[in-house]
Amino acid sequence: MTAIVNIFLKEGVLDPQGKAIHHALDAMNFEGVQDVRMGKQIVLKLTSTNRDEAIKEVTQMAEEILANTVIEDYKIELL
Amino acid sequence: MKHVAILQFPGTNCDLDTKYAFERLGCSTTIVWHKEEKLPQETDLLVIAGGFSYGDYLRSGAIAKFSPIMKDVLTFADKGGEVLGICNGFQILTEVGLLPGALKRNIGLHFISKFQTLKVVNNSNSFLQKCEKDELLNIPIAHADGNYYIDEEGYNELEANQQILLQYSNEKAETVIVNGSVNSIAGICNKNKNVFGLMPHPERALETILGSDDGIKMLEGLIA
Repeated sequence: MTAIVNIFLKEGVLDPQGKAIHHALDAMNFEGVQDVRMGKQIVLKLTSTNRDEAIKEVTQMAEEILANTVIEDYKIELL
Repeated sequence: MKHVAILQFPGTNCDLDTKYAFERLGCSTTIVWHKEEKLPQETDLLVIAGGFSYGDYLRSGAIAKFSPIMKDVLTFADKGGEVLGICNGFQILTEVGLLPGALKRNIGLHFISKFQTLKVVNNSNSFLQKCEKDELLNIPIAHADGNYYIDEEGYNELEANQQILLQYSNEKAETVIVNGSVNSIAGICNKNKNVFGLMPHPERALETILGSDDGIKMLEGLIA
């Protein structure tokens, strides 16, 4: 099973990298971009075949190391 | 003679400067590799030196928190031992939860390396006891992830407990935006005032001929 963890700065926490990308898009005349948030994606190949177990385990990984929950939110997706 | 233990992770690069600084101030020192499990018995002060532990992979300081030595670091701090985290050391201390908040990418995204004026906000702690309140210090900074973030509730707590140590400032003692930090915070301590973290590098400010010796009175506070 594959788990995908998407990590983004929390709403309300200023994202300097997203802002810089937004400026660049403006400079390139891409109109209609309201906001840009930049995050990271971590792809985990798991041995587990049980979805509940996998979610539980990856949640623990996200809480303990993959994300810094002081400033970041995460979303887990299983494939 | 005070004994200073200095942590070394793969990617730490300020360990020798820190060792030199404390030896010049009359301390004995040990550099402690991160795979060790115990700090030296005689440790009076533990310094987590600057650098790029684990190449700053994932987040600055994130992977270092799982190094074998960190367990004993937590025990040492819990028992009231004094801990100083400089730059990457500050990032590690927030990741491990010994200090509140987090350090994000600088607001302008640049790695900033220059001398910076700092204002002493609180000196009612051992680290800054040799400095005056509102005193201006000239200390180098060198970081890409120094943008200190803490939520409003956390900030109010820092302020109420006099945990804000230093702010980025100009020569007129007005705070300035350097990296986007909440209220220009450059350094903080924990509630018990035995764990200190700052982005600037006092160990690089020991000689006037090299720009400033203001780092001496900062480091001296911890070994007084």
